[in-house]
Amino acid sequence: MDYHILWYIIIGILLMGYAVLDGFDLGVGALHLFSKGDHERRIVLNSIGPVWDGNEVWLITAGGALFAAFPEVYATAFSSFYLPFMFLLFSLIFRAVSIEFRSKEESPRWRKFWDIGFSVGSIVATILYGVAIGNVINGFPIGADKEFQGNVLTLLSPYTILTGVFNLAMFSLHGAMYLIVKTEGELQARIKKISFKLYGIFFSLYALVTIVTLIKHPTMLANFSFGKIAPLTYHPIIANHIDMISTVSWGIVFLNMLAIINIPRCLIQGKELQGLISSGCTILAVVLFFSLGLFPNMLVSSMSPDYSITIYTGASSVYTLTTMFHVAIFGMPFVLLYTGLIYWTYRGKTKLGKDSY
Amino acid sequence: MDVELLSRLQFGFTAMFHYIFPPFSIGMGLLLVIFESIYLYTKNPLYEKITRFWIKIFAANFSLGVATGIVLEFEFGTNWSKYSRFVGDIFGSPLAAEGIFAFFLESGFLAILLFGWDRVKPWVHWFSTLMVALGSMMSAFWIIVANSWQQTPVAYKIVMENGYERAVITDFWAVVFNPSSMPRFLHAIFGSYIQGAFLVISVSAYYLLKKKHLEFAKKSIFISLTVAGLSSIAQPLIGHWHAEVVARYQPTKLAAFEGLFETTKGAPLTLFGWVDTENQKTYGLKIPKLLSFMVNGDANSEIKGLNAYPKDLWPNVNQVFQSYHIMVALGMLFLVLSFVSLYWYKKGTLFEKTWLMKFYVVSVVLPVIANQAGWYSAERGRQPWIVQGLLKTADGVSPSVHWGEVLTSLILFALIYSLLFFSWTYILNKEIQHGPESHDHDHDPEAGYHKNKEFMDTPIIKKV
Repeated sequence: MDYHILWYIIIGILLMGYAVLDGFDLGVGALHLFSKGDHERRIVLNSIGPVWDGNEVWLITAGGALFAAFPEVYATAFSSFYLPFMFLLFSLIFRAVSIEFRSKEESPRWRKFWDIGFSVGSIVATILYGVAIGNVINGFPIGADKEFQGNVLTLLSPYTILTGVFNLAMFSLHGAMYLIVKTEGELQARIKKISFKLYGIFFSLYALVTIVTLIKHPTMLANFSFGKIAPLTYHPIIANHIDMISTVSWGIVFLNMLAIINIPRCLIQGKELQGLISSGCTILAVVLFFSLGLFPNMLVSSMSPDYSITIYTGASSVYTLTTMFHVAIFGMPFVLLYTGLIYWTYRGKTKLGKDSY
Repeated sequence: MDVELLSRLQFGFTAMFHYIFPPFSIGMGLLLVIFESIYLYTKNPLYEKITRFWIKIFAANFSLGVATGIVLEFEFGTNWSKYSRFVGDIFGSPLAAEGIFAFFLESGFLAILLFGWDRVKPWVHWFSTLMVALGSMMSAFWIIVANSWQQTPVAYKIVMENGYERAVITDFWAVVFNPSSMPRFLHAIFGSYIQGAFLVISVSAYYLLKKKHLEFAKKSIFISLTVAGLSSIAQPLIGHWHAEVVARYQPTKLAAFEGLFETTKGAPLTLFGWVDTENQKTYGLKIPKLLSFMVNGDANSEIKGLNAYPKDLWPNVNQVFQSYHIMVALGMLFLVLSFVSLYWYKKGTLFEKTWLMKFYVVSVVLPVIANQAGWYSAERGRQPWIVQGLLKTADGVSPSVHWGEVLTSLILFALIYSLLFFSWTYILNKEIQHGPESHDHDHDPEAGYHKNKEFMDTPIIKKV
């Protein structure tokens, strides 16, 4: 059993869980700007009230798992993205405390301040995630010592800004689909209207990002290509099963297209939950394409392919990978149980109660 | 400017600020379990009021703990990349375990604890409170395991990989139960119980002085005093166990705690004093031979002084000495204070002592200081090592990060954390002023909305 691959998959699952779950509550944060009046804003906040904290735990766990399984990747990525990650932290702090503080004081100024904190925090965090992913696809200057050789401006290019904005559109749409499930009446109608516009923006950006990525980085498609495009880094699993892997991948591309087309259908026909599931599947697919395109690299050096960090050169010892794999397998059912428990307890439309934010 | 210094300042600042909150959560978590158990058992509505009020205080504190905690997980990588490469194989595992076992448990049941009172059956709510309390302690366990390995590294081997050394784990459970993890975990947990208890005592004493919510306050104080008292007995015992481990694995830290320069047979214990590092003198009130007795159980045994080690391996002796002594002195104060108070409670005179109630109102800062001082001693006492004996702090910094970047983030942390601290105390004060009564009626979160309908009806951005 290749524990390096297993850990790559586990990190991928954690990231998918995070992107799908926190994706909608970051999106809700971005859309919070459009809600009118105190009552609506509280409905919007409380729609994610019981779940946002659990959603963020996926990020914390992904971070811990990355540190444990791929410390070189963790160290290089986090120190390379120093300032962007600091601003990510400030954004996450702001949105967390804004949710908690906002409704604890009646003053409209107080509430408006934290409303904006919540929204801006969500928007900045979402864009920064996109920028980070864009940089991983793009590759950035990693030296022989695995340390970053650039500066913060190296990380901001038209491409990475594009991926940042794309992520904002994707999460906002997902947030809108979530809000449609959790709200009713006039608020829901308004969000539906916004959703159509968001869908248009998302759709165009998705197409644009795909085209630009394939032109700039055709190797991202190598693992989908039935062996027609040479990968950046050879891996026997891919090489030996390229036909099967490519077929499955194109199958997922096809399913993803169906999910994307399904979103406006659900909006028109009022299939609320199905719409949310469709936007969730779209995010899953995007993370999957990214992970599959990158494999077996985890960070690509723009200086020399030899300096890229792979699932082998970036990993912990096999002993740690094995031990922590068992820990993770043991823990996963509990994680799913708790997650299921909250969403089941707080299913249905959001109503304000005396314990609400 | 020096990246190492700035990164240390930033980590120290963000870690200390973070550590204001988790001890409150852990301590109040236990108290919530006790309050709610009594309520379920007696069905006394007073205990419902007590439980629900302290849940509100708990909530604001908890979210600050979460928000400031993520920062630390990021900082290992952002500011200490070479450290992360060196320890990742070992240090990352408890961090991942903390996420899987503690944070998911906590966050799942927290949703029911905070919002589920009218939504789930009473026993389900009680169970959720219990799970949140357990989760917060499990979180403390795993993160202290990680930190303890840095203090007393065992079950590792050093391998050369990619052109530099790194520590690789040889036995997972030996790392989890490394020599210092249990004493340090228990020491932190009981310190947290004291801190949580004193918050409840402080607020309740305030109500007693204001002659409000008397029954509520008296019951809260009695239970919290009992928790604080029992924890204060446990602390010196665990501390003693801990000190033995420090003496064995981190002798320079122990010598700095006590300001001991010369290796001494029958070393004294200094109660308080001042260290003059330059002249290698420690002034103060000393009890002869007590240190030797406490560490080795033999009053004439030898304790290694700082001079047994090269000077560049010493921590800042006076700072470590002072913070350690502040912690010990406060620990003693909690012990005396809680038992004298419990005695007066039995006699029925406790609540008449206005001076004591006044002291209690401000007393909540004392366990915060004690817990901070304890960590300060532990972390500063380990210097110049980031991993005791294996890696120096100076060798752990991220080489690619520029000092200007760290300075920027440090200033922003200072600003944002000041804002958070101000807002948190403001909200806390508001909840306390409002008190436990009538949460159903006049505490309407929409009150402001009705008064300022025009203002609030304007969307934040005008056009959709």
